[in-house]
Amino acid sequence: MTTTVATPETDATKGPKGKRTPPQLTERARHENNLGRRLVAPAVVVMLVVTAFPILRALWLSFYSYSLTAPEEREFIGISNYVTALTDQLFWRDIGITVLYMVVTVAFELVIGFAFALVMHRVIFARGLIRTSILIPYGIITVVSGFAWQFAFTYQNGFVNGWLPFIDADFNWFGDTVPAVIAIMVSEIWKTTPFMSLLLLAGLAQVSEDMVEAAKVDGATWWQRMWKVVIPNMRAAIMVAVLFRALDAYRIFDNIFVMTAGAQGTESISFLTYRQSIEQFQLGMGSALAVLLFLSVLLVAFLIVKLFRVDLAQARGE
Amino acid sequence: MKQKIGLAVGVVLVLVWCLLPVAWILSLSFKSQSAVSNGSDPGFLPLDSFTGLDNYRAVWEDDQFRRAIINSIGISLIATLLSVMIATLAAYAIARLEFRGKKMVLTTALAIAMFPVVSLVSPLFDLWRTIGLYDTWPGLILPYMSFTLPLAIWTLSAFFREIPWEMEQAAQVDGATSWQAFRKVIVPLAAPGVFTAAILTFFFAWNDFVFGITLTSTENARPIPAALSFFVGPDPFQRPAGLLAAAAVIATIPIVVIVLLFQRKIVAGLTSGAVKG
Amino acid sequence: MAAISLKNIVKKYGDGFPAVNDVSIDIADGEFVILVGPSGCGKSTLLRMIVGLEDITSGDMIIGDRKVNDLAPRDRNLAMVFQNYALYPHLSVYENIAFPLRLAGAEDSEVDEKVRAASKTLELDEHLDRKPGNLSGGQRQRVAMGRAIVRDADAFLFDEPLSNLDAKLRGQMRTEISRLQKRLGITTVYVTHDQTEAMTLGDRVAVLKRGVLQQLASPRELYENPGNLFVAGFIGSPPMNFLPAEVEGTSVKLPFGTVEIGEEKAAKARDRGLLIAGIRPEHFEDAALVDQDTTGSSFKATVEVVEWLGNETYAYIPFEAPPEVEKQLKQLEEDLDGESLRTQLVVTLDGSSRIAEGDEAEIWLDASKMHLFDPATGENLTVDRDHAGQIVGESMAAAAEQPAAAG
Repeated sequence: MTTTVATPETDATKGPKGKRTPPQLTERARHENNLGRRLVAPAVVVMLVVTAFPILRALWLSFYSYSLTAPEEREFIGISNYVTALTDQLFWRDIGITVLYMVVTVAFELVIGFAFALVMHRVIFARGLIRTSILIPYGIITVVSGFAWQFAFTYQNGFVNGWLPFIDADFNWFGDTVPAVIAIMVSEIWKTTPFMSLLLLAGLAQVSEDMVEAAKVDGATWWQRMWKVVIPNMRAAIMVAVLFRALDAYRIFDNIFVMTAGAQGTESISFLTYRQSIEQFQLGMGSALAVLLFLSVLLVAFLIVKLFRVDLAQARGE
Repeated sequence: MKQKIGLAVGVVLVLVWCLLPVAWILSLSFKSQSAVSNGSDPGFLPLDSFTGLDNYRAVWEDDQFRRAIINSIGISLIATLLSVMIATLAAYAIARLEFRGKKMVLTTALAIAMFPVVSLVSPLFDLWRTIGLYDTWPGLILPYMSFTLPLAIWTLSAFFREIPWEMEQAAQVDGATSWQAFRKVIVPLAAPGVFTAAILTFFFAWNDFVFGITLTSTENARPIPAALSFFVGPDPFQRPAGLLAAAAVIATIPIVVIVLLFQRKIVAGLTSGAVKG
Repeated sequence: MAAISLKNIVKKYGDGFPAVNDVSIDIADGEFVILVGPSGCGKSTLLRMIVGLEDITSGDMIIGDRKVNDLAPRDRNLAMVFQNYALYPHLSVYENIAFPLRLAGAEDSEVDEKVRAASKTLELDEHLDRKPGNLSGGQRQRVAMGRAIVRDADAFLFDEPLSNLDAKLRGQMRTEISRLQKRLGITTVYVTHDQTEAMTLGDRVAVLKRGVLQQLASPRELYENPGNLFVAGFIGSPPMNFLPAEVEGTSVKLPFGTVEIGEEKAAKARDRGLLIAGIRPEHFEDAALVDQDTTGSSFKATVEVVEWLGNETYAYIPFEAPPEVEKQLKQLEEDLDGESLRTQLVVTLDGSSRIAEGDEAEIWLDASKMHLFDPATGENLTVDRDHAGQIVGESMAAAAEQPAAAG
């Protein structure tokens, strides 16, 4: 039985003996409506205070030349900041690097995370130990992960050069763009793969064992079972995990800050925005970049949802 | 048999993957500062450079770091508490009541979950300085709340949805007011969910870096991640790796404790909202 | 304790579809009334309107002498047992039963006394300290009933309480509920889709179809004098057989032959062209086992399938129906949530019958028990109105739907 309470309008117009029915039904519906709104109000207010107002202010500031070092020289300059940003090579290079971070890390996380999920799904012994271990990277502070990997990669005292046979002992990972980007990606992938694997594990758990067994009886190999039965049936879980992780990866900041401070061309678009507004006090330019960052996140989200046809209703658990 | 071996190898790989960097930073925290800076003991384990708890002692005596721990604990706990309280109300309404604007709330939450935090820092920085929240606890608590609310609402409404409707209706028929039904039936049943949401919220607040470095300037409110990144030892040109590692280990202890105690709940919470349907 | 009176109750949802349409039922103090019908007939909605979990679109709900339309569930003083029992998993059995008393602010001593009395009645004494999660289905069911009986509620409401139990337990609990209700003498409204529960438990049974009350009568009246095709098809298992029929004089022409019925019945159905005859399976018998001088007719037919159950035998005999009758029967099958694929006759024979599959058997039929229905309206033409309770049915529904359509 559904317990949907109709909205007052429709009931008022459709009651058969319209005269006395609407008030009481409306009352309950109205009461529920009011209660619902009162209960969500604090959450909405808190969420909006810290986001809506600042982003609107950023939008407004982005049309000004405004530097904290010379606040009195604030001046309306129209879309100049945007023109400057969008015609600057640096902006596009940072966008490119950011997309690279996103695509590579999510791809690795998906593959490794899926392998981990399979292991966790099958394993019977030491479940608690594995669960605890997998949650530690998830819970650990990103900055700590950044430090750990930075020290691991430095040639003076790290272990990576010593352990990798094809790398010179004194190879400087942070001396050039490609190795530095790899180091940052490693830290990022290490920290977030467990989260991915937990989401995928939950998806695996929803694939019915009967179906897999039926496929086995039908003569499917392990690969065929994975590709034709298991993965298609956990599509929703995979897509939701990809969407969330991709948007997270697109906003990469902490690891870059800690490991290279943006040097050697490892800067992401988030880092560029941060540098302009906080380090160089260029609030006008910083705000324009903030707006562009916001818009680019929306675009990325839109593209992922469209491209992979992610069902957000499913993501909401409805 | 072949499968079993494969599985065991898989388990070992997972464990190594998860624990190796942790072991590494732990090992680093026991190496002496001089050995780290001149690279005299480059192995994974501290062999001839073992200094015992020296690094920990040094970190603990650092006033800024001690303040950072207090800040992080205080700010994260308060933000968690407030966020979960507000989220419980909102999640209950979303899971159980019909009201206009519900879609709007869900969309807002989703939008904020995807929000690029960095794009807020410059206006917030400006605003906080104007109204005097810059470098204060509330100045961090507020943004932490707004950015943890979507996660908390998400997790909690998934939990609320799993409580059978009948339970609440039975309470009403038994003579309970809406409030009594909520207090005596729904809240006790949702308690595990609320607790889980609190852990996830705490993790988020504890991990935050962007707000931590942009909205604070002194040890007044600077949390651990920001303090770690600004940690400068005696030699400003060389990162004090041993000290940093010790500080990082200390910052990780609360996480490990929480994970050890509540791993089951955390996994349930992380995966609840994500894969329904 | 109180009488409950439903007056022209209507329930419409947002889309304007009437889930319950103009239902009026008077339930006497202490009476046990069953609401029955296939899924989606509005029976649960009706119950939830009585208890106050669902708004009433129009009409009056009167409990005792109070109109309760606008009262919250807690102000109606009713006790309800839910389909999934709705036990509070965080409370012990004792506290579950005590819950309504605690809400009412009763003294500990009073709570204890009443909970112990209830648990004694329901034989729950040794389970009082356990949590509901550790109980079996039947025990949970009893706890749910315990929670209902500790209060001095005006009436009990049951929403398909036995549907989650296995068949054996269901039978036991059915008897249990019946005994308890008789002992407490409390007004009870019981929703079920199971016609066995409906027949065995109720003083009176209300049969609903798509939100409209069809017939309100005692189980015997419903069985012997169904008001229309729907009720006839719903009550009884195996269900009543429906065959195309034509009345000429006092004889009825059926697919298998012609049988005689009394003048009284024939008069009501004469000169109406093609009709539908309804005959219950047990009104057939293996002609070889019937005394020669028993009145009735017999016919020959090929038996397709035989199911021997020991005490009795079901025999299945397929037949062809003319399109207009078949259409009506298909519609009926749909209304009853059924999925019968072909028109066939089900006859109940004595267990000693030797008829085998594929036999051309001689079947005897007690035609005096036959009912004749109008194929267009479904109305039972041969109903004995003095022994059929209250028939509402299709014609009322059609009338009630008109203002709705206009609005």
